Amino acid sequence: MGGIGKYIVQRVLLTIPMLFILLTAVFLMLRLMPGDPVLAMLGGRNVSPELIEQRRKEWGLDKPLHVQYLNYLAQVVRFDFGKSSRTGRPVLYELRTRLPATLELAFGGIFFAALFGITTGIWAAVRADKTSDHVVRLFHIGSFAIPIFWLGLMFQMVFAVQLDWLPVAKRVSGIYAYTFQPITRFYFLDAILLRDGKLLLDVFKHWILPAVTLGIALTGFLGRMTRAAMLEVLDADYVTTARSKGLAERVVILKHALRNALIPIVTVMGLQFAILMGGAVLTETVFSWPGIAGFLVRSLDARDWNAIQGTIVFIGVFIATVNLIVDILYSIIDPRVRY
Amino acid sequence: MQIARFLFYPIFVLLGSVRRQRLLQVGLAIVVAHILMAFICGPTGNKDDPYGLTRWIPPYNPTKSYPEIPRLAPPSAAHWMGTDHLQRDVFSRVISGGWAPIVVAFSSIAISLTIGSILGWISGFAGGLLDRVLSLSMDAIYSFPSMILAIALVAVMQPGLVPMIMAIAVVYIPTYFRVTRAEVLQIREQTFVEAAHAVGAPWWRVLLRHIAPNTVNAIMAVSSFNIADAILTEAAMSFLGYGLPPPAPDWGFDIQNGQRFLQSGYWWLITFPGLMILSLSLGFGLIGEGISDLVNPKRRRKKVG
Repeated sequence: MGGIGKYIVQRVLLTIPMLFILLTAVFLMLRLMPGDPVLAMLGGRNVSPELIEQRRKEWGLDKPLHVQYLNYLAQVVRFDFGKSSRTGRPVLYELRTRLPATLELAFGGIFFAALFGITTGIWAAVRADKTSDHVVRLFHIGSFAIPIFWLGLMFQMVFAVQLDWLPVAKRVSGIYAYTFQPITRFYFLDAILLRDGKLLLDVFKHWILPAVTLGIALTGFLGRMTRAAMLEVLDADYVTTARSKGLAERVVILKHALRNALIPIVTVMGLQFAILMGGAVLTETVFSWPGIAGFLVRSLDARDWNAIQGTIVFIGVFIATVNLIVDILYSIIDPRVRY
Repeated sequence: MQIARFLFYPIFVLLGSVRRQRLLQVGLAIVVAHILMAFICGPTGNKDDPYGLTRWIPPYNPTKSYPEIPRLAPPSAAHWMGTDHLQRDVFSRVISGGWAPIVVAFSSIAISLTIGSILGWISGFAGGLLDRVLSLSMDAIYSFPSMILAIALVAVMQPGLVPMIMAIAVVYIPTYFRVTRAEVLQIREQTFVEAAHAVGAPWWRVLLRHIAPNTVNAIMAVSSFNIADAILTEAAMSFLGYGLPPPAPDWGFDIQNGQRFLQSGYWWLITFPGLMILSLSLGFGLIGEGISDLVNPKRRRKKVG
């Protein structure tokens, strides 16, 4: 066990108390919620007090708070979030079947953010302090300022309603809704596995608008990172050497400079997963995308306790894990990182 | 006197440097225009009819349906931004809808700035176990998606102005905590702090007179971006239906309303409120950029050193 091993152990140990704090916060938050959750779940006023009492017992809500808390922790550790009162199915099942949709969208978001962000970032760095640099800067600031749900709606209005090039919402067209049996629930992968070209095109057409919408939310961030990282690298001696060898400017920038500038950029991209999930809440809502973020919004609307609790814990654990993996990978890839 | 100078320091810095900063100028112009508009057209204290008739701006009462207004009419000379399904004037709603985002963003950031900075000062200054526990808790909140946290918080409370402010305030406390703590850790090692300790100044005096004022720059630079962000969060909340109760005008909620008519091609219902959110948030973003250029002028220059 060298330095890396020790670092990994330390990093994992640090994640545990953080998750614990998150779990406690979620528990307290839901107990502060006004209105009786049992009543909300039974959905109406004309419910007999006996039934309410019975349900309260079933869900353990009649017990004192600290007992409820311990039960809750025990549940979470087993990843047993109970049943969703809105759909009637186990929350974990709902999350598991929806995760691929969210991931597909998130990868799309990262892809387009990288595409727009890194290209404009390079461009701005190469032309630093010229007009094009300022224009790109404004574009990046604008991408921070744009309300993502509105952007999605505008895209729908232009590309789906006015031009009629793309579908408005959902992951596949109605004709596939009954015939298409998902295998992995990653629809791109499913379409390839089924060797169905038409389905693949259909999936792509549904995916592109939400993915671009989500990507734009992160573009500014990545663009500025790229610009800063490129500026630093472009001043380095080895870039001057490459230039003086007579290499084409394009080769110098893309091969010598960009490769090194990418290290910090890729790390930051992993850590942007939290922002991406926040954007996914709105993107999934606008595009009726059947992912976990949209599921959370609908559960909040329905005051579906178990589902809210389960989804927030799930997202928290998921992000903590992604951050942990990115951190560890970074420490392995870049030997300059100190443990 | 000391306190006053401390509080108004950011404003002095802003005023003193506006002339040299193009981004700051544009940003301030946008924001001031929005604030004026919001408070001229926003609600009055009148409980029964907060958007009452006594005023000449906006042209129509934004909360009222008029029988003479056509339903869902596109923009025209009479109705610059068209009309909605309840026979209301969209222009009137748009120019009075900025009140909620502005009030929510400023109040929530003021709260989180106060709480976050104080915790950050104390945590960074005291160190030890307190610092560890606080940092860990703040990191736990910070690592969770702020948009999701804010929406979940406002959803478990009742919808409305105060819950929105509280939810957004909670979400940004860790940001200020981290910024001030990092600054304090740096400043506390400097000679002038050591000197203050050496002449026997009590700890609270060292913290308030010597350390805290030096963190203001960093707090200021972050605040403007956070307000921009808070405006987007408010818009998202009200879009999801957790904002001001209808019929009060609120851009996010108006967009949600317009979404129902999107497929029918009634573009004006969502386009204009969205542009308002964008410009308001952009204004604060530009101010933030301008301030960061001021605080850290080297950042933008190509050659460093």
